[in-house]
Amino acid sequence: MRNDLRVVRALGVRSVKQTFRRPQLMAPIIMFPTLLLAVQTGGAAAALNLPGFPPVDSFLQFMLAGAMMQAVLLAGNSGGIALAVDIEMGFTDRLFAAPISRYAIVLGRLMGTAVLGAVAGLWFFLIGLVFGAPVADGLPGALLSLFLVVLTSMVMGGIGASIALRTGKASIVQGLFPFVFVILFLSSAFFPQELMVEPAKTIAQVNPLSFIAEGVRRPIIGGESAGDVAAALAAIGGIGLVAFWLSRSALRHRLRTGG
Amino acid sequence: MSRASNRATIAALMARARNELLRVPGAAIPGVLAPTIFFLGLNGVFGSLVQLRGFNTDSYLTFLLPVSMLQGAGFTGAATGVNLARDIEQGWFDRLMASPAPRWVLLAGMAFSASARALIPAALVLIVALALGASFPGVLALLIAAVLVMGMAGVAAFWGMTLALRYRSQSAAPLMQAGMFLLVLLTPAYAPLALLQGWLHDVASLNPVTKVIDAMRQGFVGDVSWSDTWPALLAIAALLAVLGAAALRGMNRFNARA
Repeated sequence: MRNDLRVVRALGVRSVKQTFRRPQLMAPIIMFPTLLLAVQTGGAAAALNLPGFPPVDSFLQFMLAGAMMQAVLLAGNSGGIALAVDIEMGFTDRLFAAPISRYAIVLGRLMGTAVLGAVAGLWFFLIGLVFGAPVADGLPGALLSLFLVVLTSMVMGGIGASIALRTGKASIVQGLFPFVFVILFLSSAFFPQELMVEPAKTIAQVNPLSFIAEGVRRPIIGGESAGDVAAALAAIGGIGLVAFWLSRSALRHRLRTGG
Repeated sequence: MSRASNRATIAALMARARNELLRVPGAAIPGVLAPTIFFLGLNGVFGSLVQLRGFNTDSYLTFLLPVSMLQGAGFTGAATGVNLARDIEQGWFDRLMASPAPRWVLLAGMAFSASARALIPAALVLIVALALGASFPGVLALLIAAVLVMGMAGVAAFWGMTLALRYRSQSAAPLMQAGMFLLVLLTPAYAPLALLQGWLHDVASLNPVTKVIDAMRQGFVGDVSWSDTWPALLAIAALLAVLGAAALRGMNRFNARA
């Protein structure tokens, strides 16, 4: 157990260092969500005047959760790409040959993704503070949102890792990049569900990412958060179970067939 | 080098880009699909903005379509920069530089190939939008849109190539994409200029691509007029001149350092 934890820690640190050293991995996680946040905040802020828009201090305050969701989805995708590169280069085979738990290898990658999720969350809280959109529920609210963001990045990383383990090809995992935006746009991450246009509105009602986005957003914009946070935790748990099952299946397949 | 051989070189570089597209179609799929995905997604999310006073259309699909076509041009142009960076990394570009072809011909060949390729994502998003009920803008407006999309892809290609020649690595890809992403979206992309807030309103007022967006929207929203067309053509020409000169300078420096 102790040995496994050391492996998880070592691989997690490696994963974080790898991301910070390669701008092409870091850029999507921080740069693109920040650019989109800036553009959407300036471009669609008049939406606050729409009847039915929830009460918020500013459009930026509403959009922070969406930017965080985008960052963690992209962090999961980047983690999957990095794992697939490790597989292509033979690094993962060397880890498989070592006397360590296979699950610790995947968990190490997920720890790295979780750290990146935390960095992204803190970055967007900082943007909110600087540009006049502080967290309505204060520090406890910020910690609660950050906790949900970190958990989400881990489960999204799990999905990315399962695809990497199944395919072993970075190009395939990278090709899923546009689908991150499909999932994101078909959720209430960027706009109130009630004001979305069909069929996006109906899909957003059942998209688990909508529940997570609402859970992350509620402490930021203020109001009764217990129900939203509980729904977010349930959605994260559901995605986590799927990610675990997919990763376990892909790992077994890889160990059995060698590719 | 005669004019005929310059033309042959440009045609060969365009044929190479076409072959790449045909032989590795998977590599082009994200770039082709991304503008359509953004288009559909943004329409689903922000579609109700047309209820606001100040929109001169009741269809957000129609309002957003020209922006998505330009976004496709930006992505395609940036991909040309990434491909050049790959060619530099793999040594193929050194062989190209050893050829007697003038530098500007090499740049023109790559920029023209980007312009031609940009019509693919633009056509896809146009077909999807028309199928979903966007208004047909008329043949003249479509021709203007095609010219502007090709021009914008050339601008993006020069931008991408300048960065590729500077950094000589595919690691610069996010910078190539982000530059075009900003140039196209720091405009009245999501809402008319009057509805943009604060700094974005000021930046969009100064951004030359705002003129391009306005011209692209002709026919889709409002009528086609020369007074809305020539500023866009001028803006594209100016961007092509500035970024083309920067790319040529980068190529000459590349040669000197090599």
